[in-house]
Amino acid sequence: MLEESRVDDAIEPGRPASSDLATDSQEAISAEIDDLRRQYAEAAAEETQPRLDYPPYRSTILRHPTKDLHHADPETIELTAPAFGQRDVDALEADLTIQASGDPIGERIIVTGRVLNGDGSPVAGQLVEIWQANAAGRYIHKRDQHRAPIDPNFTGVGRCLTDSDGHYWFRTIKPGPYPWRNHYNAWRPAHIHFSLFGTQFISRMITQMYFPGDPLFDLDPIYQSVRDRRARDRLVATYDHEVTSHEENTGYRWDIVLTGSRSTWMDPEDRR
Amino acid sequence: MSAQRLVATPGQTIGPFFGFALPYEGGDQLVQLEHPDGVRLTGLVLDGDGDPVPDAMIEIWQPDAHGRIEPRPGSLRRDGYAFTGWGRAATDITGRYAFTTVRPGPTNEGKLPFFAITVFARGLTNRLFTRAYLPASSDAIATDRLLGSLPEDRRRTLIATEDGSELRFNVRLQGEEETVFLAFPGEAP
Repeated sequence: MLEESRVDDAIEPGRPASSDLATDSQEAISAEIDDLRRQYAEAAAEETQPRLDYPPYRSTILRHPTKDLHHADPETIELTAPAFGQRDVDALEADLTIQASGDPIGERIIVTGRVLNGDGSPVAGQLVEIWQANAAGRYIHKRDQHRAPIDPNFTGVGRCLTDSDGHYWFRTIKPGPYPWRNHYNAWRPAHIHFSLFGTQFISRMITQMYFPGDPLFDLDPIYQSVRDRRARDRLVATYDHEVTSHEENTGYRWDIVLTGSRSTWMDPEDRR
Repeated sequence: MSAQRLVATPGQTIGPFFGFALPYEGGDQLVQLEHPDGVRLTGLVLDGDGDPVPDAMIEIWQPDAHGRIEPRPGSLRRDGYAFTGWGRAATDITGRYAFTTVRPGPTNEGKLPFFAITVFARGLTNRLFTRAYLPASSDAIATDRLLGSLPEDRRRTLIATEDGSELRFNVRLQGEEETVFLAFPGEAP
């Protein structure tokens, strides 16, 4: 009952493909995206984060706050962050290709980069979590019923701690694009979800990393919810042959910048 | 001389499929159920129609009962003793989240204690920050830096209500009783 009444965008069992939600055409969604892009180009204010109110991504309609965010000065607790250590994360969790007895199917890749504070200082010893679909575009999540095969040798879940210089490193399989029910014939560009902590509570962020040159970028309302072109580009990893290793895997580099500073908040003016 | 500031990477929605990746056993138990000062912090995440959001995730970060902040590792594999101050819980099919924890103490003399809260959900393009304050006297509320700056009906959305050994705090993403969500300095739109 509850599930039936929900506006949802996941491919689920027993739900007709032509739910209310999936009736809009890609053309209609793309036209909305173009409109919002045009409005943004005409407005003078630069945006670097996604719009919370972004109707082409239908599930935002009832889930975005309508009131402005309230500007607050962070209190002590918000200037500190939870700590994670070797007790929390096994070093092997960074390699998603060795979690089962067999090899997962797909293009083996390394994804690496640095997690930085806004002042350029590294976020050291902090938790990075990733999750993703397999090479066929299928998540092991029970609610994902996309008709692509599950890979018994791939969970798509990884964790690591950044090193003292802010570096993270994962070995995984390049995820495939997958369909969803935002509109008819809706497909997400291939992506890896990243969950990040900084040196302050207020740096907490979840985002998605994409692969260069994906033909689905223009069509995807989640990627396009970041209206600024340069800001969207910051979500795209770079192919890096230095990361690629001989006869092993191709390599991608992606740096992540969090808001917040090394320790306590300071005005940029106070820092050198 | 002002330092160069890097532009932050954009956030993106947590999506529908985080359930197999982010929530973990014990994530919602900052202290053991039988802890003498244990309290349940629970509530619903609701959308603009007042319907429950069954695919949201809530994280809390807090000082201990004495107001001390001692970030300790071990949140992902709790040992049952160390208080790490951090927890994570996904909402269930009814939109409810729940934590077992202790009441945060004031971090500074005269400050009202609160749980710092992060909200994620499918359909939410970026995380939201808010605070769940412990119930307090109206005088204390009026002089609090944040609560005092809000009109009465808005500040109410940031204060947990007491029900026996339970603290109730609902998160309304949209609508009449919409929760106050926070932006901090250094955050660009």
